[in-house]
Amino acid sequence: MDVKISINNLSVESQEAKILKNVNLSIYKNSILGLMGPAGSGKTTLISVINRMIDFEEGLKISGEVLIDGENILDNELNTVALRRKIGTVFAVPIPLPRSIYENIVYGPKLKGITKRTVLNNIVEDCLRKAFLWDEVKDRLHTSALKLSGGQQQRLCLARALALQPEIILLDEPCSGLDPISTAKIEEALNELKKDYTIVLVSNNTKQIARATDYTAFFYLGELIEFDVTEKLFTNPKKKETEDYIQGKFG
Amino acid sequence: MIEQIKQREEKIRWILTFCALSSLLFLFLIFAFILIEGLPLFYKVGFSNIIFGFKWAPTKGSFGIFPMIVSSFLVTIGALVIGGPLGLGCATYLAEYAGKKRKIFLKPALELLAGIPSVVYGFLGVIYIVPFVREVFGGSGFSLLSTSVVLGIMILPTVISISYDSLMSVPRAYREGSLAMGATKWQTTWRVVIPSARSGILASFILGMGRAVGETMAVIMVAGNALKIPSSILEPLRTLTSNIALELAYASGDHRLGLFSTGVVLLIIIMILNYIANFVIRKKVIK
Repeated sequence: MDVKISINNLSVESQEAKILKNVNLSIYKNSILGLMGPAGSGKTTLISVINRMIDFEEGLKISGEVLIDGENILDNELNTVALRRKIGTVFAVPIPLPRSIYENIVYGPKLKGITKRTVLNNIVEDCLRKAFLWDEVKDRLHTSALKLSGGQQQRLCLARALALQPEIILLDEPCSGLDPISTAKIEEALNELKKDYTIVLVSNNTKQIARATDYTAFFYLGELIEFDVTEKLFTNPKKKETEDYIQGKFG
Repeated sequence: MIEQIKQREEKIRWILTFCALSSLLFLFLIFAFILIEGLPLFYKVGFSNIIFGFKWAPTKGSFGIFPMIVSSFLVTIGALVIGGPLGLGCATYLAEYAGKKRKIFLKPALELLAGIPSVVYGFLGVIYIVPFVREVFGGSGFSLLSTSVVLGIMILPTVISISYDSLMSVPRAYREGSLAMGATKWQTTWRVVIPSARSGILASFILGMGRAVGETMAVIMVAGNALKIPSSILEPLRTLTSNIALELAYASGDHRLGLFSTGVVLLIIIMILNYIANFVIRKKVIK
């Protein structure tokens, strides 16, 4: 397995606390990595380091390195806009831009300078199909995206991330507000997508992690407690904390 | 005991109701007063002779205020052309680009700008802007251009504070979504944040126009007050408000009534602007 993202000695501190403590983690190509842990364990912070959205938070100190294809993305000289075009992000609360479904998806490609109508149309159809949303919205592409249901909005956010033609997809608790059927659809989509992408899925739902991921990393209070193939970690955890968490004893 | 408390509550309720009604009463009185004084002349001279008349010679029976209506309109547009983009730019800087420290410094400064009396603006206009226009562009300096600049600055606080509030009310998630899709900060601001705050920004422009239409003192000082429609931005003009303020002190008889007619027209223009602003803001809330 090729390593896509390599995280070495990563620490993030705010003035009050250490949010991530000396994390070492490898994320493999064409696999789904699940990040789990109770609230405040640093999962979301790790995601926002990888896509450098952490730049918009004030007063944080970051040390260590994060290599994507061997390039350190914590370098100050890095073009963060180009980085974010390589990484699609789906947030916990699905908030499409207040525009039409079509416009939401072509927003990223247009920023990259793609203007040809036929190309854009193809991107829209392709991405909506990959996100398992096409059949539900193909007749109303030009109506407001805010009129979609929560589950549909989340899949639209996934589709618009795919439209960037990223190499990596980060999903930060994408199913936290969704019903089981919508959740199943997202998981189904992810399982198809991992053929072409490297995926990181943050979830509070241990069952979802067990179901939908290939590897699992368990975080607790900013520390990486255990990392393993998902099946192994869930059937035979090495650490006491992991076992307790999986069994629902805390968190 | 309980009876006593009830009685006192009832009394306070009546006092507060009276306070609330009194502002309505004042509004009503102002309307009634201006209409009672202003309308008779419309019957006597004729509606179109006043609204569309070109000649203002109230002592000789001509009450045309058309040039002043046009002038008021021109200075308002002029103020918007100067104050609108500048104000929106400032609000955008405050909302999107300024760090916390700069915001703490800038916001009170802007509020102070709103508190400066209009005569001070007029004074600075006469001392600096009028001579500047005279030397650089020619003419007397007392002109549509000078007035627009002064009014443009005066409407800044209105434009900035309302635009700023509507920019700040755009959900953070819109910005994050756009940034995460590889947009730059400016692309996010221009394509997502400003369009989302559109109706509030529009309302700020309209309320700014309302302020510009109603401004009197500063306008008298820099506009030159000539009784004609200016043929270029360097010519002097007289607005509806200036007309009233300049002549009321010595007007009598029909002349005085003519000034009230000017007031009626002014009142209607301001009512329309306020109505549009409210409409725009309400549309935003419903959406």
